[in-house]
Amino acid sequence: MPFSSLSEIKARLDAGETTAVEIAQLYLDRIATHNEALNAFVHLDADHVLAQAQASDAYRAKHAPRPLEGLPIAVKDIFCTQDGPTRCCSNILDGFNAPYDAHVITRLKEAGAVLVGKTNMDEFAMGSSTETSAFGVCRNPWDVSRIPGGSSGGSASAVAAALTPAALGTDTGGSIRQPAALCGITGLKPTYGRVSRRGIIAFASSLDQAGPMTRSVRDAAMVTAAMSGHDSGDATSVSDAPELDWLAACDKTDMKGLRIGKPKEYFVDGMDAGVRASVEAALKQCEALGAEIVDISLPHTEYAVATYYVIAPSEASANLSRYDGVRFGRRCDEPEDLLDMYTRSRDEGFGSEVKRRILTGAFALSSGYYDAYYLKAQQVRTLIQQDFLQAFEQVDVIATPTSPVTAFAVGEKTDDPLTMYLADIFTLALNLAGLPGLSQPCGMVDGLPVGLQWIAPAWREDVLLGAASAYESATEWSSQTPQAFAANGGES
Amino acid sequence: MSWEVVIGLEVHVQINTATKAFCGCSTEFGSEPNTQTCPVCLGMPGQLPVLNGEAAEKTILTGLAINADINLESKFDRKNYFYPDLPKGYQISQFAVPLVENGYLDIPVKDGGEKRIGITRIHMEEDAGKSMHEGLDGVSHIDLNRSGVPLMEIVSEPDMRSADEAIAYLKQLHQLIVFLDVSGANMEMGQFRCDANVSVHQPGTPFGTRAELKNLNSFRFIKQAIEYEVNRQIELIEDGGEVVQETRLFDSAKGESRPMRSKEEAHDYRYFPEPDLPPLRVTQQQVDAIRDGMPELPGQLRHRFETEYGLSSYDADVLTQTRALADWYESLVAAHPADPKRCANWLANELLGRLKELGKEIEHSPVSAQRLAGMLDRIADNTISGKIAKDVLDAMLESDDDADAIIEAKGLKQVSDSGAIDAIIEAVMAANPDQLAGYRAGKDKLMGFFVGQVMKASKGQANPAMVNQRLQVLLKG
Repeated sequence: MPFSSLSEIKARLDAGETTAVEIAQLYLDRIATHNEALNAFVHLDADHVLAQAQASDAYRAKHAPRPLEGLPIAVKDIFCTQDGPTRCCSNILDGFNAPYDAHVITRLKEAGAVLVGKTNMDEFAMGSSTETSAFGVCRNPWDVSRIPGGSSGGSASAVAAALTPAALGTDTGGSIRQPAALCGITGLKPTYGRVSRRGIIAFASSLDQAGPMTRSVRDAAMVTAAMSGHDSGDATSVSDAPELDWLAACDKTDMKGLRIGKPKEYFVDGMDAGVRASVEAALKQCEALGAEIVDISLPHTEYAVATYYVIAPSEASANLSRYDGVRFGRRCDEPEDLLDMYTRSRDEGFGSEVKRRILTGAFALSSGYYDAYYLKAQQVRTLIQQDFLQAFEQVDVIATPTSPVTAFAVGEKTDDPLTMYLADIFTLALNLAGLPGLSQPCGMVDGLPVGLQWIAPAWREDVLLGAASAYESATEWSSQTPQAFAANGGES
Repeated sequence: MSWEVVIGLEVHVQINTATKAFCGCSTEFGSEPNTQTCPVCLGMPGQLPVLNGEAAEKTILTGLAINADINLESKFDRKNYFYPDLPKGYQISQFAVPLVENGYLDIPVKDGGEKRIGITRIHMEEDAGKSMHEGLDGVSHIDLNRSGVPLMEIVSEPDMRSADEAIAYLKQLHQLIVFLDVSGANMEMGQFRCDANVSVHQPGTPFGTRAELKNLNSFRFIKQAIEYEVNRQIELIEDGGEVVQETRLFDSAKGESRPMRSKEEAHDYRYFPEPDLPPLRVTQQQVDAIRDGMPELPGQLRHRFETEYGLSSYDADVLTQTRALADWYESLVAAHPADPKRCANWLANELLGRLKELGKEIEHSPVSAQRLAGMLDRIADNTISGKIAKDVLDAMLESDDDADAIIEAKGLKQVSDSGAIDAIIEAVMAANPDQLAGYRAGKDKLMGFFVGQVMKASKGQANPAMVNQRLQVLLKG
């Protein structure tokens, strides 16, 4: 039961075999038992969870159930919620309680979901390992000496260990897909503009997009359907996005006629041989399902990391200026003057990776360097977008490894930021292009999950979901469970 | 040595939308601190700006009125700096591609002609909040009601050559802004703020190094500050020194400026495109529709008042200072069409002066155009004299009665009956035999004395023309 998908839980609720309160209690017990080993949740109010579940059962007694009626969903600590603290896993937001819900939180509530606490993440979503959190390192349920990926590592870890059947993450350069891959679950980053960013703490505004982390492709579709839609409060939320039949897109069981692009730049020396073999095998499976594999090139891929690490920190350097100790969050004790208040509040409040990115961004934007860095990066960004547009003239969808490696050990890359930045080498190009991407499990190497990444043209999440559903239906990789966390709550 | 002064002006105008530039908060002035704020204008985490389209429309309208180009696609940028009254740590502005470019204003100059002042650009931005440091025992308070109020920054070319030209430009611009109803433009409330870039050079040589003057919140201070700066720079150069590029703060109490920050200390604002806002796109049709709705501009109105109503250029100028005043004048003429000049005299010379004493604008005049016209009708039909009419107007300002009721109640009706006037004249002549003798001996100037005495005796109600006429006859005996 705990390792059920949202769809399975929904079926049992709809059949009257269980209640939202029973489901909520099951996961609360599992969190109580297993969270200590994982540090996936950083805030949880069990009474509030049960109250929502009771309200959902009461609603169901009187009305037809809403799309996510009674289904538990955890959210990354980057989503502002009126209930409880929102910290973005940073000390600078110590004491901050948002007086508003993020737009997607409102939508999930309206869809009947039961929100289950806040999950761990890299501070301000800056990281690929969930090691920079102010609440401490988060662990991978497949091997607790390893990282779960990041920045949405808490959500990935919690879903993989079945502490919740689904969670929300955000993805700026791979922060949903990479931890989904490393934890063996499914993660979807929608097209930029599909999901409102209002009330989600900004990292890099032109790249950030929220999405689901789930145990199946259909679950990802269910949650995305509830999250997405135009929000007049976010000027980058698109009002004329093509509507999709999210669930129907998941009915595919074959790939007949599907042209899958295999970009040579994503299958390179230096990547983990086991990961490469798993993804190659997955593509063979796709061929068996009727797909045509087309070798393609995305020639500007090699510049994606550098481009991303100019644009994202530049935007972040401005986005994080509001954490100044003036109006909310942390202020240093006994400031001598204004400058002292700014510098000490920010010095004490931000961790070293966040500071590194603010400094990088401020440098890239500064007078005399802007043209060489920020402007050049924007130009390359356009080239990267064109790479994808040209590729999609030949193919319907692109398949790549999500991460070049499986989960690495805690502490392995923390002293070497550049190596850490390469963890997102296969995921961040599509953020630069604004495209949708999905990672799903496609193998195990030495007991650690491998992720297969699908990339589709803008607004064609249906193509991602169709390909991923067909692959999922033909394989068992999505049903793997980390045995150390198989025991139910209260039993261990 | 002869020095030429070079001045360019940057004017920040608060756009008078009901709500802020990027959120739904009220822009009303003078409310309790921090009562007109929301998570967006407080810069809280995750909050996003959404452009107030009306602010853009008003900026476009202003652009059209200065004969400028409207960019159908303009962009927003972030201007980064830390200050406690700037909640996000950046101001949303337009840096690379402003909404309006390449306009001009023609200003009147001393010799009676006009001079064209180029306007480089008008861009939209948001205002910051207000910091208060005075009298707070060493702590500072912040009021964020103003945070996010829409502004347009109007940047001129360095085309002005004297403080007087700068003031003429600012007054012209101010009047235009008021006419377009795009801003309250109240300088004391900070709705129309000016920074001046000032330099001096020898004609025929490149421009000198400029200083930027800030904190200029009245036309008088702007003139003072520019003149002070020009003298400072000339003295500095003539003493062998060099002007340095810097920002200077004008102290209106001392009438002088002091350095605020040097070029080296100048902020690097690290402008970059605002990723939370897509480019602002407007269609030519939208621009045309805004142009079609453009009200008559001050110059056009002045010209029409001169030709249509036969007003002097002075009166036309006075009555076109604001749209409300011009409208008031036209409704007065509509109610008293017989004599537009009389309407102009009574409005410009009498009513406005009284309103000024009462501290009221024409919009809030206790006397309506209809009521004033009723009084002008009584002047026209000789019921009252102009002199009596002034008393009637005073009475009208203190009550809701119309002119007829006041004239009736106070018995102010003009005496035009020659028998009655003759009786008064004869009484005056009898009471002043010496003056009468003097007049008859050739002292013509004594005529004035007798007019005065007769008017006094009639309590001002005698028809002055008739008094004159009858005196001419009777004094001669």
